[in-house]
Amino acid sequence: MTVADLRKHFPIKRNLLGRTLSAVQAVDDISFQVIKGETLGIVGESGCGKSTTARLLMRLIEPDAGVVTFDGNTVGGAHGVGVRDLYRDVQMVFQDSYASLNPRMPISMSIAYGPLSQGMNRKAAMAVAVKLLEQVGLNPVLYANRYPHELSGGQKQRVNIARALALRPRLVILDEAVSALDKSIEAQILNLLIDLKQEYDLTYVFISHDLNVIRFISDRVMVMYLGHIVEVGRVEDIYARPEHPYTKALLAAMPSMDPRKRTETAPITGDPPNPIDPPPGCRFRTRCPHAAQICEDRTPSLNDGAATGEGHLVACHMRDRRSGHPEARSSGASQ
Amino acid sequence: MADQVSAREAIEGPIPTLDPAEALARAREGKGYWKRVWESLKDDKVTIVVAIVLLLIFLAAIFAPLIATHDPSKGSIIGRLKGFGYKDHLLGTDETGRDMFSRLVFGARLSLISGVLPVIFALLIGGSLGIAAGYLRGRVNTVIMRSMDVLYAFPSILLAIAICGILGSGLENTLLALTITFIPPIVRVSETVTVQVRSLDFVDAARTSGASSASIMCRHVLNNVLGQILVYTTSLVSLSIILAAGLSFLGLGVTPPDAEWGLMLNNLRQAIWVNPTIAALPGVAIFITSMSFNLLSDGLRQAMDIRL
Repeated sequence: MTVADLRKHFPIKRNLLGRTLSAVQAVDDISFQVIKGETLGIVGESGCGKSTTARLLMRLIEPDAGVVTFDGNTVGGAHGVGVRDLYRDVQMVFQDSYASLNPRMPISMSIAYGPLSQGMNRKAAMAVAVKLLEQVGLNPVLYANRYPHELSGGQKQRVNIARALALRPRLVILDEAVSALDKSIEAQILNLLIDLKQEYDLTYVFISHDLNVIRFISDRVMVMYLGHIVEVGRVEDIYARPEHPYTKALLAAMPSMDPRKRTETAPITGDPPNPIDPPPGCRFRTRCPHAAQICEDRTPSLNDGAATGEGHLVACHMRDRRSGHPEARSSGASQ
Repeated sequence: MADQVSAREAIEGPIPTLDPAEALARAREGKGYWKRVWESLKDDKVTIVVAIVLLLIFLAAIFAPLIATHDPSKGSIIGRLKGFGYKDHLLGTDETGRDMFSRLVFGARLSLISGVLPVIFALLIGGSLGIAAGYLRGRVNTVIMRSMDVLYAFPSILLAIAICGILGSGLENTLLALTITFIPPIVRVSETVTVQVRSLDFVDAARTSGASSASIMCRHVLNNVLGQILVYTTSLVSLSIILAAGLSFLGLGVTPPDAEWGLMLNNLRQAIWVNPTIAALPGVAIFITSMSFNLLSDGLRQAMDIRL
């Protein structure tokens, strides 16, 4: 899946003629790629556009601009594949395990609903549901006829995963799928996801604010800040050699298991700026310890900086020797 | 129960899997839910009693000719405003000597019709408008909801009186006036509930399975919305009975000599110093019926809230 210049601004104020006066710039011209078979982790603090990105990929909200290509086919538009066809290949697991199940439907019906909508007959669809319930670790004899309010949070999220898999997708978007669960249940669900990924040959886009979870499950990580991608790269590169000041701050904010490596000073302070009126230039500069004039004048792009590891891209002027940033330095080993 | 079975599983090994056909039969949508509602309703004594009372009132209204002991419109000059048990008049006689019991039984017909029918009509019209407004949002919502706000500007009783005043008295006009009166609140409640349900993730999840809007509407939105609208509507029945009685009382509803509780109350008003017990009887009938509808709607709300 390739995403190019995806943008969504939510209008909050319009004038009498319906022209937008101000808008929340939830996702602003982001481009990235999801490689078949990988798990792409998307991380960032609340309100940085992670969930909007997920919903844009699923076309639950229409993007203002940008092109999403799945398997070589453009999604939407006059010549692209329809949204209905997209849903055969791409599915999503929602964050709120309770709200994402119909409270008036037995869970087996919720799982079978997808195949039914795509024209499978009732018996075959129910067979799919029963098999999936088994696979996500819920005994169908006990659970098939239960209602969502009779299940625990972890069990509900298992049902949601089963529901997402019922249409045999190739790509699954997991939007904070484990964030609302207990740590022990979270681990179970993560292991289940890894097993299912192997079994069904899936690709995951895994969205979370939890750096430990992202590190555990991802092959590549994409760091978002205020609707922009600030850094993307392989998980080992990002965690071992973070380049962007924001990524560094995020990682420094992770609680350490080693009491000798106690964090003495807060690595990042303040709130992110208002996305209605983001600062011009680099959006992180208001909280960045290295901010310089160039950061205000020009928005850094992912392609400016020189990559260290394979596909490790950073949107920061400090990574670009030509940018004129006083602390700009040439990159490390590979350049 | 789950624990017992998993204990058995530990001893006897894995449980055989469920046959898809059986799972399908078990998971037939809706059935399980209403069964649960019934189970929790069964233990609610007040609701059961109230439902029986209402059932009796309805049966009395339907079989009024069989139950009534006298002709409800045949008066007597001598036997006016007599107390309980005068001759064979069980509940006495009214100001023209007509049998009170028979008039109350026949009056139940018109009172129930004017209590229930406008609410049903308003539910059909207002419910569809409200659900449409909540589901489609945007322009449709604005048009529907703002027109309702216009109707809302009038107090409900005043609106009913105004419509009846324009159309003239009579049962049909009462029904029409009350229907129009009840549409705005039902629209507003249905719209709110629908907007709430629509914003839940499971509707989005249904969309991602590629289902048609019609299917999402029926399978996911309607059955989560109807229960709440229904409960609210039940509470309107008692209001409707009272409003209808009020219209008759003002001479805008049913016309004499038809028996209707509100009208009877109006006619007996002058007799309150002569025989207050008889004069109060239609009021008691209105009170019991509307109270029962209110309690029924409370009971229903509790029983249908099992998901919480």
